[in-house]
Amino acid sequence: MSNRDKKIAIIDYGVGNLYSLVRAFRFFKVEPILAEEPAALDGIDAMVLPGVGSFAAGMRGLKIRGLAEKVKAIAGENKPVLGICLGAQILLSRGYEFGDHAGLDIIKGEVVHFPALAEHEKIPQVGWNTVKTLNADSQDNILKIVKENDHFYFVHSYVLEPEAKENILAQTEYGGHTFCSAVKSGNIYGCQFHPEKSGQAGLKIIENFINLISYEKN
Amino acid sequence: MKNIRIIPRLDIKGPNVVKPVQTEALRVVGNPRELAWRYYQAGADEIIYLDIVASLYRRNLDFEMLKAVTENIFIPITVGGGIRSINDINNVLRAGADKIAINTYAVKNPDFISEAVREFGSQCVVLYVEAKKQVGGAYEAYTDGGRERTGLEVISWIKQAIDLGVGEILLTSVDQDGTRRGYDMNLLKQVSAFSPIPVIAHGGGGSLETFKEVVAEAKSDALSMSSVLHYENFSISEIKNYLSNQRINVRIV
Repeated sequence: MSNRDKKIAIIDYGVGNLYSLVRAFRFFKVEPILAEEPAALDGIDAMVLPGVGSFAAGMRGLKIRGLAEKVKAIAGENKPVLGICLGAQILLSRGYEFGDHAGLDIIKGEVVHFPALAEHEKIPQVGWNTVKTLNADSQDNILKIVKENDHFYFVHSYVLEPEAKENILAQTEYGGHTFCSAVKSGNIYGCQFHPEKSGQAGLKIIENFINLISYEKN
Repeated sequence: MKNIRIIPRLDIKGPNVVKPVQTEALRVVGNPRELAWRYYQAGADEIIYLDIVASLYRRNLDFEMLKAVTENIFIPITVGGGIRSINDINNVLRAGADKIAINTYAVKNPDFISEAVREFGSQCVVLYVEAKKQVGGAYEAYTDGGRERTGLEVISWIKQAIDLGVGEILLTSVDQDGTRRGYDMNLLKQVSAFSPIPVIAHGGGGSLETFKEVVAEAKSDALSMSSVLHYENFSISEIKNYLSNQRINVRIV
């Protein structure tokens, strides 16, 4: 299957800027489908949940478009799913930004604020950081060719805390605090950082994600 | 310690990247698309793109040109110049920007900051400050490339903007800009002392030592620079390697 034939949907639920993400997929000859309603997700091969902003705004954006149940259903079919930043956070069960909010509960866990950091490091974390993969040899892993010194762009105040250790795909250290920077459950992935804004290293992750579809169809 | 970001800044006038020297003379230094691509390839951590005359002439920046510049550049891009509405921000984001920088319109309508933050989030909104030292030592915020006074004292203006929700401060010293004599350390130290959000220092970067001191002493979170890169005094990797040797963390590509 060539990349041109792959049907990858980017969920457009009103939170943030999708255009750099669209360009990242076009870089690999994939023309993504911008999906703002459930029907647009029929027959897709994979889906991306992007997003910046608050947890509550993200969930509200999905629900008012009738997308929450559909997204859960697609995740249940074990099609490749990539959540980015807020899109990764809402994959989890609960988030505590501006209150206590239910997430999609696709991966068990919570999204909590950074604790007080060493060296008075600023919150949000804005900038480039490395990720340490915990099971890098897995063939179906979107981080599989990420190197120890590859840097990724982060902008966030809240962090992913999956319940089960096996859902922690990668960790990152900021201000003396080690947090989960990528989650995985089957074909469902979430990155706290923005691969679409992380130069060559980030593009590798996008490419790995696109290639998950070939694995599926083979 | 976190990585210090190195951010080339493109001042745009018409189809060109220009370099203002203390706001008086303007020199054409290159083509926006070529320079953006060159800096991206060279390991820039972000790019700042400012149309320096859009506000002055009350017109919008050239979205088609911005689209061409941002194509195939996969690092965060901050764009400013003539932004006066939520719709303007939408257009800039659709043309490939990740964050917007506002100065003139925010000065006249501070509530626009909170409006933009509500719509796009703090991480998207950068306050651009042009600071000029006054007799007596206080700094006044200017607009339009250091031409127009605002009557706002820089420190209290920045505090107000932080309360309104901006996510980062791009702090330019009008006096130092283009001189390559060093950043305005006094100004940057004063702002870093209270700012809970990242401060991007701009204006005056010259020798390698000036980059080190602004991080080590003025505690800036990111360094923006234009002349030293446009005129190829140093490459981005020379600056990063130097900082790295001085035990300042940077992202080496």
